[in-house]
Amino acid sequence: MTAPSHIRNFSIIAHIDHGKSTLADRLLERTGAISERDMRAQVLDDMDIERERGITIKANAVRIDYEALSGETYQFNLIDTPGHVDFSYEVSRSLEACEGAVLVVDASQGVEAQTLANAYMAIEEGLEIIPVVNKIDLPAADPDRAAEELAGVLGGTADEVIRVSAKTGMGIDELLEAIVDRLPPPGGDEDAPLRALVFDSFYDTYRGVVSHVRVVDGSMSTRDPIRFMATGLDVDVDELGIRRPSTEAVPHLGTGEVGYLITGVKEIDLIRVGDTVTHTSKGTSETLPGYQEPKPMVFSGLFPTDGDDFERLREALDKLRLNDSSLVFQAETSRALGFGFRVGFLGLLHMEIVRERLEREYDLELVATAPSVAYRASLTSGEQIPVRSPQDLPDVSNLVSIEEPYVKVMIIAPSEFIGSVMELVQQRRGEMGEMTYLSPERAELHYRMPLAEIVFDFFDLLKTRTRGYASLDYEPDDYRASDLVRVNILLNGLPVDAFSTIVHRDKAYVYGKAMVGRLRELIPRQLFDVPIQAAIGTRIISRETIKARRKDVTAKCYGGDITRKRKLLERQKEGKRRMKMVGQVEVPQEAFVAALKLET
Amino acid sequence: MSLEPDSEVPTTAQRPDSPALAEAAHSWNSAYVHIPFCARRCPYCDFAVVAADEAGGMDTQRYVDALVAEIGMELDPSEVHAINFGGGTPTRLRSGDLARLIGAIEAHFGIAADAEISIEANPEDWTSAFAQDLRSIGFNRVSFGIQSFDPVVLAALGRVHSPDDAFDAFAAARSAEFPNINIDLIFGTPEETDESWQRTVERAVELEPDHLSAYALTVEGGTALSRAVLAGAPEPDPDDQADRYEGLDAAARSAGLVRYEVSNWARPERACRYNLSTWMMGEFSAFGTGAHDYRGGVRARNIRRLDAYLDQVEEGTRPRSGDERLGEFESERERFMVGLRLAAGVLSGSIGGPFLASGEGGRLVDAGVVGIRDGRIVVLRPFLTDLVARSVLSVSPGDC
Repeated sequence: MTAPSHIRNFSIIAHIDHGKSTLADRLLERTGAISERDMRAQVLDDMDIERERGITIKANAVRIDYEALSGETYQFNLIDTPGHVDFSYEVSRSLEACEGAVLVVDASQGVEAQTLANAYMAIEEGLEIIPVVNKIDLPAADPDRAAEELAGVLGGTADEVIRVSAKTGMGIDELLEAIVDRLPPPGGDEDAPLRALVFDSFYDTYRGVVSHVRVVDGSMSTRDPIRFMATGLDVDVDELGIRRPSTEAVPHLGTGEVGYLITGVKEIDLIRVGDTVTHTSKGTSETLPGYQEPKPMVFSGLFPTDGDDFERLREALDKLRLNDSSLVFQAETSRALGFGFRVGFLGLLHMEIVRERLEREYDLELVATAPSVAYRASLTSGEQIPVRSPQDLPDVSNLVSIEEPYVKVMIIAPSEFIGSVMELVQQRRGEMGEMTYLSPERAELHYRMPLAEIVFDFFDLLKTRTRGYASLDYEPDDYRASDLVRVNILLNGLPVDAFSTIVHRDKAYVYGKAMVGRLRELIPRQLFDVPIQAAIGTRIISRETIKARRKDVTAKCYGGDITRKRKLLERQKEGKRRMKMVGQVEVPQEAFVAALKLET
Repeated sequence: MSLEPDSEVPTTAQRPDSPALAEAAHSWNSAYVHIPFCARRCPYCDFAVVAADEAGGMDTQRYVDALVAEIGMELDPSEVHAINFGGGTPTRLRSGDLARLIGAIEAHFGIAADAEISIEANPEDWTSAFAQDLRSIGFNRVSFGIQSFDPVVLAALGRVHSPDDAFDAFAAARSAEFPNINIDLIFGTPEETDESWQRTVERAVELEPDHLSAYALTVEGGTALSRAVLAGAPEPDPDDQADRYEGLDAAARSAGLVRYEVSNWARPERACRYNLSTWMMGEFSAFGTGAHDYRGGVRARNIRRLDAYLDQVEEGTRPRSGDERLGEFESERERFMVGLRLAAGVLSGSIGGPFLASGEGGRLVDAGVVGIRDGRIVVLRPFLTDLVARSVLSVSPGDC
């Protein structure tokens, strides 16, 4: 065990593509933690999907021994954190395990909303920040401007900003020394009862749940009987270890140290991020602050394209959940889509990732319904019920009000686009908060907005309106009552649950008209006229008709053509396989997918 | 609208849409002779055709020699009840060549006394003298590719004849006493209007043809028309085509023509024997480039390229490019699929029951698209026949 004075625990905060993983790779290489030969890009990101998207989903912790210019050796624990707002709780727990953070900004891009949000979070956690401008080797780099912006945001001066190129290695030595000099050693009481923070946990097929922990007080040894205080789980330590980045078992973890903990427990539910570990006897009764139950923000129905895949989908979700306790789901039946699950996600990225993993790792073809946020309905009976899907919404006569979740939104955009951003936010029922200029060229705008208004396509539109320069971050705010209605889509008189949605009354007409129009394009003509209607309750707000099909015949068919004709019909028949019957109407599978991509 | 066969026409075995006639056609043998030569290629045509201005030239003599040789190669020939000369443009041949070919069939197969001997003709090739020559060598049916009586539509279809050529050709065939004259029409060309089509139908009916075939213009892959459509030219509109189809059917019916197949109408006793037999899975031999035949449960096809066809025949072997032997279930399914095109409908057989019992079959009956009459399954809305056929294809052997 290393004395706390010679330990530095830190994480790297950066926007996607600003070079966090490359910088981590370079630190590992420069300190000899990894040889050039074993070097591959994004050493710390294990999942394929992380490498492909260039993001970090799971936290990770690597120990590096660094011999400083003073001749003394320091233990660095580099804690890699998820960079996305969907995982902000995980980020906050990872930051809690650190004393400092290296805040990385791309020299050509400048400060982004997400970076700033994580930086503010780090400052709130009391972390010391080392500002770094990366990619100074790029031709488009403007290190001075980026440094000015960073200094402005952090309230320091530009010469405190370290300039590096993670790609070429320039400035890396200076950064390593700054980590020793500028970041504080961990505090904590070596003689106090054990308190260790679980800041990440994941499932390993062979070892069960593996947790990353930071020892805050006391120490922990192999075979110690321990308790997870939030869940009350009592278990013995099976193995302690560190990653260098290859794993290495250690007998003890002391105050201030970071490592992994294996207990043999298989249920990830029992070992939750944010929980406190103590000893079963002579342990503490005081948990570390800040633990939260995972709280899904966005819900979507997931249905297998092939109804026979329902059980496979259940198994796949079960397996993903082993590694992701924030994933919640329950079986759901849709008249149009058959059997599936209503799944709760931390946010849109989380939803996309889960869908992609289900399709890719479990080879499932899925139809996802329009994402919905977690509404709350207050009933005349005085009861309050959660509404996670439009079908959950009770009849209007039983309703007192519907509340929807609001979020605090931060947008950073070049000044020239502010008008356009404001206009977009207003269309999305946003309420303007403060606006500050980071520099004459860039502004930081704060809003309160309904979460429902940003889950669909807000970020895409924001990017379009700012030619890709705006960045966005948000955090949960409160619930507020809104004038919300359910728009039902009726196909040939039957409501199709997959297409119904809850929207603000002012937008119901636009949604209904757009959805009805799209379906008219997507659904082929049938044997009879098919009305498509959008309705609020019994009131029809939009209507289109798919005219009956009148011609479906090959004009000529003579002796010579018969084989060709049969083959043509057989090919056309294949197309029919992917149809779902909704009442008497044949709807192509693609129509569900395409219609739900609708922009509202 | 449903195109129910007209009940005012007397029901005899010779009524074109009678089930008895259709079933009789199953036992007929026939022969098809393909003449690939054309003055030019029509923009919508995807048949095996050699145009005068295309490479390969027009060595018709060599081709006729090859046909005669190929006719002699057929094993187990039996007497034919119908012969059809199609193309291309069979009237590009001299009457002497056509006589030689009929003679070759007579010599090798034998021709029944009441056999139908039919030829496809372009109005511009047709003269009174030619008509009389053909009558004298045994032709008793002619099918004119008139397509339209509107010069605008004819130009759009790339046809060289005028409406007057069509009237003249028809009159010449009548005075040569052809007992069965057919008019071929094409409808739904984007350049055609409702009024134009109505005039074409009126003129066709005024000529009192024995037989009428009318086809919705179809964009076939690989044709000049499909290239034009891909380049942005307007496509035929299916609703316009449905309107014109219904208009034609009403006019044909008032004129005593009975619809007996999706695209074919005839007066009593004038249904086309050759076509009826191929639709009823009757056996037929076929000669010439790209020709397909059906004998003994095998569908065989000839080489499509003229030079390769000639080389093969001159070497003394049948110019086949491939064949397909239908299994019991496939052949039953094909019988059903083609039979649905007939106004007489199709015998239920082993597929009809499972088809009607299937969800799709039930929906088609409920929607009035399919009906059951005298144990036969009938498509009541013939312009939706393919939709029904696809549902039939969904029936699997295990369902039967």
